[in-house]
Amino acid sequence: MMKKVISTPEKWSVFRKQLVLEMEKVGLNSVGLVIILSFFVGAVVSIQTSINMTSPLLPSYLIGFASRDSLILEFSPTMISLILAGKVGSSIASEIGSMRVTEQIDALEIMGINSASFLILPKIIAAIFFFPFLIIMSMGIGMIGAWAGGLSAGITTADFMEGLKYDFNSFYITYAVIKTVCFAFIISSVSAYYGYHTKGGAIAVGKSSTTAVVASSILILLFNYLLTDIMLS
Amino acid sequence: MIEIQNIEKHFGDNHVLKNVSFTFEKGKTNLIIGESGSGKTILIKILIGLHEMDNGTVLFDGVDFNAIKIKEQRRLRQEIGMLFQAGALYDYMTVEENIMFPLSMFTDKTEKEKLERVNFCLKRVNLEGKNNLLPAELSGGMTKRVAIARAIVMQPKYLLCDEPNSGLDPKTAIIIDNLIQEITKESNITTIVNTHDMNSVMEIGENIAFINHGEIWWTGNKNELLNSDNKELNNFVFASELFKRLKQ
Repeated sequence: MMKKVISTPEKWSVFRKQLVLEMEKVGLNSVGLVIILSFFVGAVVSIQTSINMTSPLLPSYLIGFASRDSLILEFSPTMISLILAGKVGSSIASEIGSMRVTEQIDALEIMGINSASFLILPKIIAAIFFFPFLIIMSMGIGMIGAWAGGLSAGITTADFMEGLKYDFNSFYITYAVIKTVCFAFIISSVSAYYGYHTKGGAIAVGKSSTTAVVASSILILLFNYLLTDIMLS
Repeated sequence: MIEIQNIEKHFGDNHVLKNVSFTFEKGKTNLIIGESGSGKTILIKILIGLHEMDNGTVLFDGVDFNAIKIKEQRRLRQEIGMLFQAGALYDYMTVEENIMFPLSMFTDKTEKEKLERVNFCLKRVNLEGKNNLLPAELSGGMTKRVAIARAIVMQPKYLLCDEPNSGLDPKTAIIIDNLIQEITKESNITTIVNTHDMNSVMEIGENIAFINHGEIWWTGNKNELLNSDNKELNNFVFASELFKRLKQ
C-alpha cells in the first residue's frame, strides 16, 4: 500500500490545495490543545519538582533544569504525540473510513485517481512537517508554564532562568524532533491504513478509529524506547 | 459499447456470478435488473475494476479492461461516469467543487472555462444557482442530480448508474430516469443502469438483462418484458398487485 501512497501526484496544483487543507486539519487545529496541555503540564512538573526537592543542599535552579529536560526529552515529543494520536489519528481514520463506506473512495478510483495517494500522502506530509513545529511550540509553552508554576512554588525568575540555561545540550532538541517526525509518520500512516481498509458501516468506522489510535499509541511507545536506546544510550 | 463475456465471481463458497455474458449497447439505456442480492452491484463494480473477477472478459469498445496496464486503466476510467447509489459526493466540497473536481484533476482548462462547464452541467440537471451548497444541504433527489452532473462533466463515453432511484419518491425517480435517458441520447453514450425499480424498467428499459441467482435468465426490451413467459422474470417484475393487474 505504501508504494501506492508514495507515488507522484496526478496534478500538483490539486495536491498543493490538499496539502494546505491537511496542514490546517492535522496541524493548525491542534495548536490550541497543545498550548493548553503544555502550559499546565509544565506548571505541574515544576511544582511537583519543587515539592520533592526539600533538601537545602539542592539549589533552587534545579527546578528549571529538571522541568526543561522533562519537557524536551519526554513530555513534548512523546506525550503530546500520544495525545495527537488520539486527536489527529482518530480524525484521519474516521474521515477516510467514512469516505470508504460512503463510496467516495470508489468514486475517486472510478475517475482514474490513485485514491491512496490522493488521500493519504498529503496527510503524511502535513503531519511530518507540522508536528515538529507543534512539539517545539509545546516545549516553549511548557517552559512558560513551568516558570509560572515555579513562581507559585516560591522559585524566583532568576533561579528558574539559570536552571533553564544550566548544562543545556542542544542535541536533546534534535533528538526530540527526530522522535516527533517518526511519531508523525506512525500516527498519519497507521490511522490512514485503518481508515482506508474500513469495511461495513458506521460501527466499522468507529472500530477503525479506535484500532488506529490503539495501534499508533503502542507503536509510538515502542519506537520511543528504540529511538531513546539508539540515540541517547 | 461494453461487452462482458463469461464473468465468474465467488466470495468464498458463494458463487455470486455464474458465466455472465451480455452486450451493453451504445446510445441505449441498458438495464441490469434483479432482486437485491442477485449480483447486480457486484457486476457493475467488476465492470469498472472495483472488484476483481475470477474469470471472464470486459471489453470497452473492444479494449479488454483487465489486459491493459494500470495507467491505461486509469485513462479509460476517465471516460467512465459513475453514479453511485448514495451519490458519493465529497462531503467537504461544495456542489461546484464536487462537479469541478474531475476537470481540475484531468484537464488544463482555466477557472473560467471550468466554471462554465460546471454551470452547464448544473443547468442540464436543473440545479442552476446551487453552486455553493454543501452535500449535507441537499435533498436525496438533488444529491443524485449533482452526482449525475459530476458524472457527465468530463463528457464520458460510458455512464454507469447503480440504483439511481433508491430512496427517491416516484416523481423524483422518474425525473432522474428521464434525465439519464436524455443524456444517453444527447451524447450517444453507453449507459448501464442497475435497478430493481419497475417504474424505471418501464420508463427507460431499452436493453434489459435480468439477473437471478448470479445468472442472466432473460434479455430483451421493456415491450418484450411485458409479454415474456419467463416464470422467474414474471415473479420478479409482477411481484406487486399493481403490476399483476396491469399485466392482466
